[in-house]
Amino acid sequence: MPVRLLRIVPDDTKFDFMRFRRISFPVSAILSIAAILLYFTHGLNFGIDFVGGTLMEVQTKAGPADLAKMRSTIGGLQLGDFSLQQFGAPNDVLIRISQQPGGDAAQQAAVQKVRNALGDNVEYRRVEVVGPSVSNELLSYGTIGLMLAIGAILIYLWFRFEWQFALGAMIANVHDLVLTVGFMSLTHIDFDLTSIAALLTILGYSLNDTVVIYDRIREMLRRYKRMPMPDLLNASINATLSRSIVTHLTVSLSLLALLLFGGQAIRSFTATMMFGVVLVGTYTSVFIASPILIYLGVGRTRQGGPEEPETAAPPTVPAAPIAPQDPPKPSPPRQRARSRR
Amino acid sequence: MLFFSRWKAAAILLTAAIVCLFAVPNFFSENTVRTWPTWAQRHMVLGLDLQGGSSLLLEVDVNSVRKDRLQAIDEDVLRLLRQAHIQFTGRAIKGNGVEVRITRDTDVENALNKLRELSQPLGGVLGSNGQRSVDIVENGGLITLTPSDAAIAERVRQTVDQSIQIVERRVNELGLVEPVVQRQGLSRILVQVPGLQDPQRLIDILGKTAKMDFRMVDVSTTPEQALASHPPADSEILDGEGGAKYVVEKRVLVSGGDLVDAQAGFDQNGQPIVNFRFNSIGARKFAEVTAQNVGKPFAIVLDNKVLSAPVIREAIPGGAGQISGNFTVQSANDLAILLRAGALPAPLTVVEQRTVGPGLGQDSINAGEHAAYVGAALVVVFMLVTYGLFGLFANIAVAVNVAMIFGLLSLLGATLTLPGIAGIVLTVGIAVDSNVLIYERIREEVRAGRTAISAIDAGFTRALATILDSNITTFIAAAVLFYIGTGPVRGFAVTLGIGILTSLFTAFTLTRLIVAYWVRLWRPRTVPI
Repeated sequence: MPVRLLRIVPDDTKFDFMRFRRISFPVSAILSIAAILLYFTHGLNFGIDFVGGTLMEVQTKAGPADLAKMRSTIGGLQLGDFSLQQFGAPNDVLIRISQQPGGDAAQQAAVQKVRNALGDNVEYRRVEVVGPSVSNELLSYGTIGLMLAIGAILIYLWFRFEWQFALGAMIANVHDLVLTVGFMSLTHIDFDLTSIAALLTILGYSLNDTVVIYDRIREMLRRYKRMPMPDLLNASINATLSRSIVTHLTVSLSLLALLLFGGQAIRSFTATMMFGVVLVGTYTSVFIASPILIYLGVGRTRQGGPEEPETAAPPTVPAAPIAPQDPPKPSPPRQRARSRR
Repeated sequence: MLFFSRWKAAAILLTAAIVCLFAVPNFFSENTVRTWPTWAQRHMVLGLDLQGGSSLLLEVDVNSVRKDRLQAIDEDVLRLLRQAHIQFTGRAIKGNGVEVRITRDTDVENALNKLRELSQPLGGVLGSNGQRSVDIVENGGLITLTPSDAAIAERVRQTVDQSIQIVERRVNELGLVEPVVQRQGLSRILVQVPGLQDPQRLIDILGKTAKMDFRMVDVSTTPEQALASHPPADSEILDGEGGAKYVVEKRVLVSGGDLVDAQAGFDQNGQPIVNFRFNSIGARKFAEVTAQNVGKPFAIVLDNKVLSAPVIREAIPGGAGQISGNFTVQSANDLAILLRAGALPAPLTVVEQRTVGPGLGQDSINAGEHAAYVGAALVVVFMLVTYGLFGLFANIAVAVNVAMIFGLLSLLGATLTLPGIAGIVLTVGIAVDSNVLIYERIREEVRAGRTAISAIDAGFTRALATILDSNITTFIAAAVLFYIGTGPVRGFAVTLGIGILTSLFTAFTLTRLIVAYWVRLWRPRTVPI
């Protein structure tokens, strides 16, 4: 092939990822605790989906919005706590009004008051009103949904792998979620229904990544009966490293396009995903999900001694139990030197 | 892994082509599509966040359903005990039940037998779970009848069913285009109206029970006297227009359920009025009542408020009449709509409103398209640079993938929302992952010393197992999201889930097929990746 293709990761990397577990575990523990502390001290910026209230996005028809004037107009309506915020363009304003006392009907009345006060000078781009009964439900649905997803995936992984793998994947990915929630608390991103969607997607993708590495670990465990766990994990991660990085680059490119061009409405969603999938997810699969298997006792019965000669030419092992559909003539070790350029 | 029989190859290509073809109607205007055969007309629906419109979530008031049920039980108790000549005291609705104290101990057994008539097994004859509509407890002569939770739930379900019909009629009477009215959960109704920018009038109209009835005004007392002491036992004090009070008999002479038509109009002075017409039963009753009560005032009561209380001048035999209140043209129109559509069995409250203006909708569509093009372009170029010819194969697979997502969404008549578009853009990033997994595995097998063809074969075999495992986890997340999500979020779950299915399809069939044909045609010695 005349064209030289881009190799982001060189062939046959031999990074010792396992060495970092003495750093990555404490770091992750501290970060997780920090995230939890942030959640309890700083809190989340709950959107109206979860606390109820009214959100109106208005656009002034002539020139940039006069926030001060709008603030005093709405302030005169005595609707309790409210906030104004520029949203994207200078003539675009987001108005949030806290939940009104007096149940569901009172929320609608508040919207009407604001509409009357602002009149026809603005275009109402978006009006969302969530009453108290719905908001409580949405929050519990969101939480139950997350738990349900975690449970279902746990059971699936338990079926496909050993229980240690399922547990390891879960610990790693709940750690992802905790860090992401910490990020949302720190940046004060709106936490609404789409955030739950973002969290679930992060869960799905981080697991996707973890499963790819676990798949390889399982394969190696079957193939090399005596290789010490840290070496085996290192080999597995190195073998899948190129894939991990290429895939994360393509997902990042998609997310980047969404973040830059996808509009204000889904910005908090994409920003959260960017953090969770790209930053945390990759790190977790390599530095948490894999080494945790050692602590969960995978391969404890292995002898830690030097590997049998089979390691010297690992890829040439026929591997009949792993890939029965292999062509009948497994490539002999001698060919290896020849086919290399 | 690389061998495909001719039939199998044809089946794969045909499946992909057919699914892609279902996406075609989305690219033509609605008028063009309408001339096509019906099976070809299926297309995606734009969510309200993209096309603009209003979404209202209405809730049936469960408490009011319970209260109605208790009132009915209360009346039944009175009727049954009177029929059986059983003496009782202290009949009252208390908490969630009806209490009645039987005066003579000897009557208690008899009373219980009578009252058990009220407790029906739920779910008809075949209802086997042993639940009954009313739980009856007796304690020293005090009998408590409590409607069971299951019975209330059943009643709520019926109420929602009836309400949906009424809501549909009201929405249609308002002349709104393509409204969607559907049940959500146990006690809620979702109303979606595309293009509606200010839902206030709709909210007002849906918020009215519109229970209308015709009753006599109690002339034995005046409102002032009644307010000072108590209204007579069978009468109640109701509000009228402008703070007026009326003493009105509780007995309903003719109910609004007997109306067959109502139209807004004008009286001889040019004031807006509502003309109405009864069905034959209502007309007969109305004729009787008016004939018996000439010269007396009667009250037209809407939702426990007196609209007007005219004096009957003569018997009205034709079954038609008019209501003149303090109407504006719009309020007369609204009342006519309400009367035509019928009364709601229980009050509805708007618990959630989401309205998107057409400007934001269009902006979102533009932003979504923009992001999709940029995202796709970035990924396509990246794949070409990284994997060359095989990158091209991957890009073909991704293109087919996106087309198939659109095809499946159209086939299902699914709703495309802005998060849904995000889901598709993400799928582009994810769909190439299967190819990346396969290609990286092939690279590895080549490094391990396999020949080109053997490496490709082994690469597919080993990667596909991993692809399946890793995609199922994401699919579970998407499924849960679909289950708990509503509106735009559900749209995201749908595209994400469908995207996983189509990318599994292309990874397992199309990519393999392309590579297989390439191998057959070129008989490669080395793998160019």
